[in-house]
Amino acid sequence: MVTANATDANTGPQPGSGTDRTRDIWGERTPHPRGTPWPTRVDLHLEDGLAEDQVDSWVSSACLLCSNGCGCDIAVKDGRMVGIRGRETDRVNHGRLGPKGLYGSTPWSHSPDRLTRPLVREGGELVETDWDTAMGRVVARSKQLLEEQGPLSHGFYTSGQLFLEEYYTLAVIGKAGLGTPHMDGNTRLCTATAAAALKESFGADGQPGSYADIEHCDALFLYGHNMAETQTVLWSRILDRTRGEDPPKVVCVDPRRTAVAAEAEATGGVHLAPTVGTNLALMNALTRELLEHDEWVDHAWVDAHTIGLEGLRAAVAPYTPEKAAEICGVDADAVRRAARIFGESEAVLSTVLQGFYQSHQATAASVAVNNLHLLRGQIGRPGCGLLQMNGQPTAQNNRETGADGDLTGFRNWDNPQHVQELADHWNVDPMTIPHWAPPTHAMQIFSYAEAGTVGLLWISATNPAVSMPESERIKRILAGDQCFVVVQDLFLTETARLADVVLPAAGWGEKTGCFTNVDRTVHLSRQAVDPPGEARSDLDILLAYADAMGFTDKDGGPLITWRTPEEAYQHWSAATRGRPCDYTGITYEVLSGPTGVQWPQGVERLYADARFPTHTEQCETFGHDLTTGATVTEQEHRAQAPAGRAFLKGAPYSPPHEEPSEAYPFRLTTGRTVYHFHTRTKTARSRPLDERAPHAWVELAPGDSQRLGVTDGDLVRLEPPRGSVDVPARIGEVTEVPEGTVFVPFHYGDHPANELTMTVWDPVSKQPTFKTAACRVTRLGAGNPTDQGEEG
Amino acid sequence: MPHLATYVGLADHSEQTLADSFRAIAEGHAHVADVFHTCRLLAGWCDRHREALAPVVDRYGEQGPGQEGVDEPERLHAAGLAQAREGEVGLLRDLQDLHVLASLVQSTWMVIAQGAQGLRDRELFQIAQDNGTETSRQIAWLDTRMKVAAPQALIVAP
Repeated sequence: MVTANATDANTGPQPGSGTDRTRDIWGERTPHPRGTPWPTRVDLHLEDGLAEDQVDSWVSSACLLCSNGCGCDIAVKDGRMVGIRGRETDRVNHGRLGPKGLYGSTPWSHSPDRLTRPLVREGGELVETDWDTAMGRVVARSKQLLEEQGPLSHGFYTSGQLFLEEYYTLAVIGKAGLGTPHMDGNTRLCTATAAAALKESFGADGQPGSYADIEHCDALFLYGHNMAETQTVLWSRILDRTRGEDPPKVVCVDPRRTAVAAEAEATGGVHLAPTVGTNLALMNALTRELLEHDEWVDHAWVDAHTIGLEGLRAAVAPYTPEKAAEICGVDADAVRRAARIFGESEAVLSTVLQGFYQSHQATAASVAVNNLHLLRGQIGRPGCGLLQMNGQPTAQNNRETGADGDLTGFRNWDNPQHVQELADHWNVDPMTIPHWAPPTHAMQIFSYAEAGTVGLLWISATNPAVSMPESERIKRILAGDQCFVVVQDLFLTETARLADVVLPAAGWGEKTGCFTNVDRTVHLSRQAVDPPGEARSDLDILLAYADAMGFTDKDGGPLITWRTPEEAYQHWSAATRGRPCDYTGITYEVLSGPTGVQWPQGVERLYADARFPTHTEQCETFGHDLTTGATVTEQEHRAQAPAGRAFLKGAPYSPPHEEPSEAYPFRLTTGRTVYHFHTRTKTARSRPLDERAPHAWVELAPGDSQRLGVTDGDLVRLEPPRGSVDVPARIGEVTEVPEGTVFVPFHYGDHPANELTMTVWDPVSKQPTFKTAACRVTRLGAGNPTDQGEEG
Repeated sequence: MPHLATYVGLADHSEQTLADSFRAIAEGHAHVADVFHTCRLLAGWCDRHREALAPVVDRYGEQGPGQEGVDEPERLHAAGLAQAREGEVGLLRDLQDLHVLASLVQSTWMVIAQGAQGLRDRELFQIAQDNGTETSRQIAWLDTRMKVAAPQALIVAP
């Protein structure tokens, strides 16, 4: 493990020096040469006028406002959270924090519109009530449905924001208490493809790489990953390499000209801008190019540690660079140059995010990234990293615990032995655990809720009324009488307003628990202050439900035997013994040290021994047909005898489901801004962040805006074959979209980009496709000056 | 080789029937997004199989129903699905009907592959093998999708 050491401590600016990090989003550079530790730089923000020595106490935690997982300390003054400081000793961030973490971590906590009492619907209105009444209604409905229709009447839709202990408890309630397969998280919208791609290639979820690979690599490939805005601290770690001695070449795959694309050009790398929806064609061409240069393929390694080379070779054979140029609108020579960088670098680090995960053929394109690393034998060594990124800070835990569509501890639904292990651990009949089919994914759960066959839908810490595709339809489902909706949140969100019961939840810093980031670093976040009013931690809410329902094990004892976060964690840890995500040994005590700790304990990179969890008895999945999503059977898996070798899997490109036409000539794509997270539940309550991006907008290419007669700030209407939104235009920004494409941020509930997207999902990961839709663009008139935002 | 010609005709017709049925089910369950898109995708595979077979049909001649020759395969000629059923149980039954049609296609390719080997007709053997493999993938998807749909449809749906 590479950690910064104290000798580097004075490199950065003085803490609290007052730099406006909403403008200087990556902070001051601390460049360093390849193979040397990333210098530390402590970032700090305290509420106006407060000095560091006036803080009453500092409580250890990690930041929750993007998926990076930066270690931090929460500043507490007079029982309030008043600021945040990066942890200099933490392996993830070496003291740094991004603008969202600095300015968005605490203001929401004392916002006057926090939910402080439970609400129930009376005569069509939500009215305040006490906990007994609210929980009484949930339990009454739950028991009635169980009696009349059984456990399949229950659905749970969670988040990438809860803590590990809460997910685990929910997983046990759902799988061993109720016995429903209808559990998923909004992780389905953000990281389902990361998990799916890892499972298809390596047999199980689990990120092979380490953030420290940034210090060791000589090439960096970012696929559909605008890291400069989505993970600013990780990007500053990269900038400290690209601006230092011996910098790595950066290759950026993104239809927009982002800061990442600019860095690619500056480092002698390549910016490949494929037409939205054509990622797989480009990946197939890169793979073919690698295979054409036989010397770039590590044949001895591939022969020993993979299966499927000939199938992959056949799948990518048609995709010459010229073919990719024709399909993707990229330059054929740029494809060749990118492949050469991959083929000739000694240590490549790849990262992948929503530009692949939320686009057409998501899993196949993300698996192709894994394939490139396998063909070069570049995995498990310093610098040879693979980060199938997460969109949210605790998404990994939802996948690990199985509160989403996975089985607890990276186990395999199709493996009776794995189900038996859990049945033993929970002391229940294995038939209780619904393992007869793949677990129900989020979009399907909402369809069941629409039909009323799911009659109780419990939503925790997420806002599907804004974040899911075809949000108008989702709102209709939530508002209807056919399904009883329970919402547990910090605020009366767009979703909570439609619920039958609203439960006030404690947030970050108001409760204790763990979460794990994309390089498997586990952090313990301790309670710093009391939750407001009657708000309770999600764990306490779930325990209260379990108590009231009286869930028992097969001997009649209580199913849930824990009361505290640490007890829940210990029970979870025991459930992971011997599995790829082995938490044993990583106790609360270990996590109370100076830095977060990676699982499994002491392993910085997975697969250093090139042994993959693909044995039929061991794997998390037998795999899928990447084109149709059909599951591979146990017999088929066994017949391939993977025995610890990784899978090379390919698939042909097919055009996106909705292509531009005469009536809808533009490609619409969606994404993020650095100033907001998700549906802005926390970031809109931070003045510095919200001032930077208070309104939705649409980005147009300069050529398109000229043809349409649209100037910067004009109000335009975007109309796909369903819905429409009216937003001000932005033209000539640093980030530029290609001609024929328009970009809309998805954060804004009042201008929901997701009303424009179609309901379609990847066949393997079931992740909805937010990135590809056709639309028309009409100028409505000059914009309202207050709508123009302040982007500089 | 009148019997092989009859089976080549059966393959062509049953692929056509399966393609039409996939499309009818896609339209009929258009609100079920994955069924809509996947059924249309798989219908395209059937079209491709017929295109691949076309040169062989020209070579052997096609023995369709009603023509002279052997009449047993005519009894195997399954009627397609013109219309989708309603609701979650309806979807399950439609998928099962598609499964039956696809099984007929699959066994037809197996039979043709046997004949092609006997004749050492490498072209026809390759076509039958490739098409049959893709038919198996269509069936695998139908199996997967039915497993997903079954519990809710059988237990909870009205």
